[in-house]
Amino acid sequence: MYALSVQNLKKIYGNKLTALKGINLEVEEGDFFALLGPNGAGKSTTIGILCSLVNKTSGKVFVFDYDIDTDLEAAKSCIGVVPQELNFNPFEKVQDILTNQAGYYGIPKNVAVPRAEYYLKKLGIWDKRSQPAVRLSGGMKRRLMIARALINEPKLLILDEPTAGVDIELRYELWEFLTELNQKGTTIILTTHYLEEAERLCKNVAIIDHGEIIEHSNIKSLINRLNVQTLILDLRAPAHSLSNSKFHFRMLDELTMEVEVLRDMSINALINELTEQGLVVSSMRNKTNRLEELFVRLIAENKKSEAQIL
Amino acid sequence: MNTEHFKTVVAFRTVLRKEITRFLRIWSQTLFPPVITMTLYFIIFGKLIGTQINKIDGYTYMQYIVPGLVMMSIMTNSYANTAGSFFGAKFSKSIEEMLVSSMPSYVILFGYMCGGALRGLSVGVIVVFISLFFTEIHIQHLGIVILMAVLSALLFSLGGLINAIFAKNFDDISFIPTFVLTPLTYLGGVFYSIKQLPPQWQAISILNPILNMVDTFRFGMLGVSDLNIYFGFSLVCVLYICLLIWCLILLKKGVGLRT
Ligand SMILES: Nc1ncnc2c1ncn2[C@@H]1O[C@H](COP(=O)(O)OP(=O)(O)O)[C@@H](O)[C@H]1O
Ligand SMILES: [Mg+2]
Repeated sequence: MYALSVQNLKKIYGNKLTALKGINLEVEEGDFFALLGPNGAGKSTTIGILCSLVNKTSGKVFVFDYDIDTDLEAAKSCIGVVPQELNFNPFEKVQDILTNQAGYYGIPKNVAVPRAEYYLKKLGIWDKRSQPAVRLSGGMKRRLMIARALINEPKLLILDEPTAGVDIELRYELWEFLTELNQKGTTIILTTHYLEEAERLCKNVAIIDHGEIIEHSNIKSLINRLNVQTLILDLRAPAHSLSNSKFHFRMLDELTMEVEVLRDMSINALINELTEQGLVVSSMRNKTNRLEELFVRLIAENKKSEAQIL
Repeated sequence: MNTEHFKTVVAFRTVLRKEITRFLRIWSQTLFPPVITMTLYFIIFGKLIGTQINKIDGYTYMQYIVPGLVMMSIMTNSYANTAGSFFGAKFSKSIEEMLVSSMPSYVILFGYMCGGALRGLSVGVIVVFISLFFTEIHIQHLGIVILMAVLSALLFSLGGLINAIFAKNFDDISFIPTFVLTPLTYLGGVFYSIKQLPPQWQAISILNPILNMVDTFRFGMLGVSDLNIYFGFSLVCVLYICLLIWCLILLKKGVGLRT
């Protein structure tokens, strides 16, 4: 059984704007799944359809085998969602937001109150429980939405850019928290801009662009497929070029060199060549993280193939 | 009680409790203003002007306007409650909390509808109390009074909900009350008996549903009426069922709520 199965899902906003062009997605039970894509790709639209905030134009969605067309309530009771934008009543008290949300799911007060306490403590906002939500800081508001999404103990947790605009410390805390949750058996789907986040947390990934899935696979095998990496080298002394190099390179400035290393070449070969030409490298790093590199290339290819169609 | 049934009851109680808490918390905007306006109505129309007016159907003018003012309060407050609260939830997007939950849409409807009706009825009771400072009322048919009060509260509560569903900004939830409901209420026999009108205006007035409701309610309180109370009663029932079905369809489809 899949935690989520999406078949030929289409969404056209207001008869004009095609946000999803018929996507297929499968997320296994227990997976930590990343849905990646540039702004406007259709990530939030997809999530909106899953939790019935957006009406789909056509296609099928199954959540733990419940068809959202025929078993909507059962499907929804499996899902917890953390939306991209704040969507609580800012004047409601933190604790009431949680217990009311539990109530909507049919969870009685005697269960909801201790559960709210557990998640508020877990997410570090317990001492704010009697405050109206508007008084929380940005990071706390996001944690509140995560606590709220967990109040029905969902089997599938969906987070739409949960770490956007969140400081580094909280991001690390959230990563740890989500990893723990996933290890305890919750299936997690995450959309994100931070590819590092996907690389660290997720097992499988789909890349969406212009309403189409352009990649749907295991994150490790995806990264292995990357046949080139770009390195940035900081040089000890100014240089102008490498003569007759088999490496593709360019100088960013006198002291910084960008080199592309293909998969069948080794870094040793590069170092050897640099040493032969008398260049001393003081430090070296990847230009971007590898997933990001792949991502940028895939999106660029997609653009090219689209241009050809047009 | 099976689990699904139990969950539905819990969900309904949650929405209803939230609605009641809301109008009690902001009582100075919900329960208190009618106290002021109705006291003014009783003083000005009842005492100052009313004493110069002949009895209508054997009642003093003060007594005659009490049922209409009670009904007017119930209707406007029920409507304002759901319109304001539901549109507020749309505006802050907290409506999404309900939409993503496993609660069926009819539970949202019943929760808001009952919450709004309860505010209307609370204000109705308050207005009855205020009227007792000014005059004596002996309720003639308590059953009819309660039935009409509850049905009208539910009807206008639903009306407010539908208004909020379609509303895109705060102006949209004041348009209908200002330009439709208030005129119909003032022309709805709250302050006069339509027998005082020329025949052609009487004929037109009968088409005003609020007039029929006020008239039937007045029959319950005072035992006098201008129109057929069975018609008034049936009208509320039919209107209520129509709005209920309409509202269920709107919520099910997600009109104004889902993109
Ligand atoms: N409510 C809406 N009405 C019309 N167009 C929308 C709406 N929401 C999103 N879109 C459009 O649909 C496309 C996909 O948006 P979205 O799903 O929010 O992308 P992402 O979350 O990947 O950034 C964009 O072109 C966006 O402008
Ligand atoms: Mg988005």
